[in-house]
Amino acid sequence: MAMPQSAVEPQPAKAAPPAFESWGRYPKYDAKIVPLNWQSDFPGVMTGLHGGALPVGLGRSYGDVCLLKDGNLLLTTGMDRLLDFDPATGVLTAEAGVSLAQILDFAVPRGFFLPVTPGTKYVTLGGAIANDIHGKNHEAAGSFGNHVPSFELVRSDGSRRLCSATQNPDWYAATIGGMGLTGVITWAQLRLRSIVSRKIDYEGIQFHGIDEFLDLKQQYQNVEYTVSWVDCASTGRNFARGVFMLGEHSKVSGELKRSPEPKLSVPFDFPGFALNHTTVSLFNSVFFHKQMKAHVKTVQDYEPFFYPLDAVLHWNRGYGKRGLVQFQYAIPWQHAKEGTIEILREIAKSGLASFLAVLKAFGEIPSLGMMSFPQAGIMLALDFPIKPDLTFPLLKRLGDMTLEFGGRLYSAKDAAMTPAQFQTFYPQWRQFAQYRDPMLNSSFWERVTGGGPTL
Amino acid sequence: MSTLVTRPLDASLAASSEAVIAKKILVLGATSGIAEATCRIWAAEGAQMFLVARNAEKLAAVAADLKLRGASYVGTAVADLDDTDKHAELLAHAVNSLTGMDIAFLAHGILGDQARGEQEFEHAAQIIYTNFMAPVSLLTWLANYCLQRHAGVIAVLSSVAGERGRKSNYMYGASKAGLSTYLSGLRNRVDREGVTVITIKPGPVKTSMTAGMKGAEKFADVHKVAATIVKAIDKRVDTLYVPIIFLPIMFIVRHIPERIFKKLNL
Repeated sequence: MAMPQSAVEPQPAKAAPPAFESWGRYPKYDAKIVPLNWQSDFPGVMTGLHGGALPVGLGRSYGDVCLLKDGNLLLTTGMDRLLDFDPATGVLTAEAGVSLAQILDFAVPRGFFLPVTPGTKYVTLGGAIANDIHGKNHEAAGSFGNHVPSFELVRSDGSRRLCSATQNPDWYAATIGGMGLTGVITWAQLRLRSIVSRKIDYEGIQFHGIDEFLDLKQQYQNVEYTVSWVDCASTGRNFARGVFMLGEHSKVSGELKRSPEPKLSVPFDFPGFALNHTTVSLFNSVFFHKQMKAHVKTVQDYEPFFYPLDAVLHWNRGYGKRGLVQFQYAIPWQHAKEGTIEILREIAKSGLASFLAVLKAFGEIPSLGMMSFPQAGIMLALDFPIKPDLTFPLLKRLGDMTLEFGGRLYSAKDAAMTPAQFQTFYPQWRQFAQYRDPMLNSSFWERVTGGGPTL
Repeated sequence: MSTLVTRPLDASLAASSEAVIAKKILVLGATSGIAEATCRIWAAEGAQMFLVARNAEKLAAVAADLKLRGASYVGTAVADLDDTDKHAELLAHAVNSLTGMDIAFLAHGILGDQARGEQEFEHAAQIIYTNFMAPVSLLTWLANYCLQRHAGVIAVLSSVAGERGRKSNYMYGASKAGLSTYLSGLRNRVDREGVTVITIKPGPVKTSMTAGMKGAEKFADVHKVAATIVKAIDKRVDTLYVPIIFLPIMFIVRHIPERIFKKLNL
């Protein structure tokens, strides 16, 4: 679908795009890329560099948690070696820059799978730990850090620490969900789970409204993977309609080959008007009615179940040059239902709703990280295209509502939290700040703490 | 005539298939970015490999990785390949460990510091020594080993930089020009005896050697380059430009008249 040149937005004075962008492509900050290709490269590479540094991976976090304006981004993706695997325990040891896609390529043919996976496999092992990511099986498995028995943390003073629940447990807790600020993770262990097939036994059930969603959650609480798509654009009769999606690894032995390489990619930025209220509403209706029947049961491959958007590389370009922002909260059960209804109303009213809103219940398994995001209750995540006059005031309102309902926002998805909001969501931030490496910093951290105290 | 069988199979499946013979590959400079990416493809095919590199810690990480990715054997030796006196012993040990050798892949080299080389002969000599003299020593032994058996592939990483001297990197370029010329002569000598010599001329590739260089984000993807190298070795081509666009580019670069070329800022 080639666009005529004239349909493209007038180009502002041509500035080179930054060397590293976050997935939301907002904000855009220049930084120097400093590759870490070997476990021994840090902190030696810091010699002669000016400004702070931040270890980064594949740039799949959305806002500025993986950015450092005018600083040095320590690109870890060259540190992608598999070091050890014990088939008896399923424990894989790998360098931190290895991607979950590479881990799957290794694990699946051997009958193993990730213990927890986010909605994209293009994140690094180190990034998954640093953001303590979660997946569709949070209720059964907790977050990613719960499956990382140990890792090595290297500080800018050259000290190396083996971190686990029993060795350097404080550093272990600070680094899981520590946003890359505590040091560089050189290698980590990950406890894989066994599978007998690539297939997922899938069920999709339509629901209308949060009550029906909560009923379904109750009814299917023993199913490992659950997630819901929810329509945030519709009001009235269709308010909070959605599809409750369930999956379990098939117990029937099947093929265990590795996935083919992805073929589709969005090769250019869509013009700014490509996503508007009409196209988004249309998309949501199509998605809802793609599942014509109220209840569908089928068997599908794990790729479309876990990674529907990975099939199109760089789908974020669909939002154009301006990029997108994500909004993701977790509200504890006490106010989860009313909070979700109020926030969904506010979003629908704004008319800024997005393609995909994801609704899910978080379970009771506590995360191991000091700054981890998940907490038992309801989680909602959605994208907004950036419309400067509208999007940020809305995000401020939604952030305040989250606060009011006792919830918190996810730093890995954030580009708009205010310092006051962050410091209320994460009152332990001052304690965490003591573990920050004095040489490491991020634009997120600067924004929400003003630099913050260090050791 | 080839004794090599390419196997597009998964290593775990391949291991059970007796019809397939694992390639025996000696890799010199195994921790270089291009060598490591190429080795990963060979590992997935179930190859037997012997890796030589200077840094023990890096070599151990690469070896562990290749083993997990499916290599049926991985032997290693830590060696500084500038130490040409030890080459014969090192190569004999490698070939013994592999119980033979189908492919030798020479991938070690340094970019050096052009500006420093312009001032200090010692540094210029170092670049020439590592990139040209040391390979000549290795090739002397390897070519004669292959000649005795009338078999074997010797694949060597040279560079497009050796096609024409440019002020920005003519120390490196001269060392690679010498290497390319040596290889074409060696090929002329041994090809008729059943020994294949492959000169690989990569354009700029995204690796640790080029990290931080201007325009590095536009350089070729190392995994694509590696896949092209593996194919070229299987097909036993003589000279490989990779990415292929450097074939016409270097044709033009070679044919620019010197009176014009000397005025360009390259």
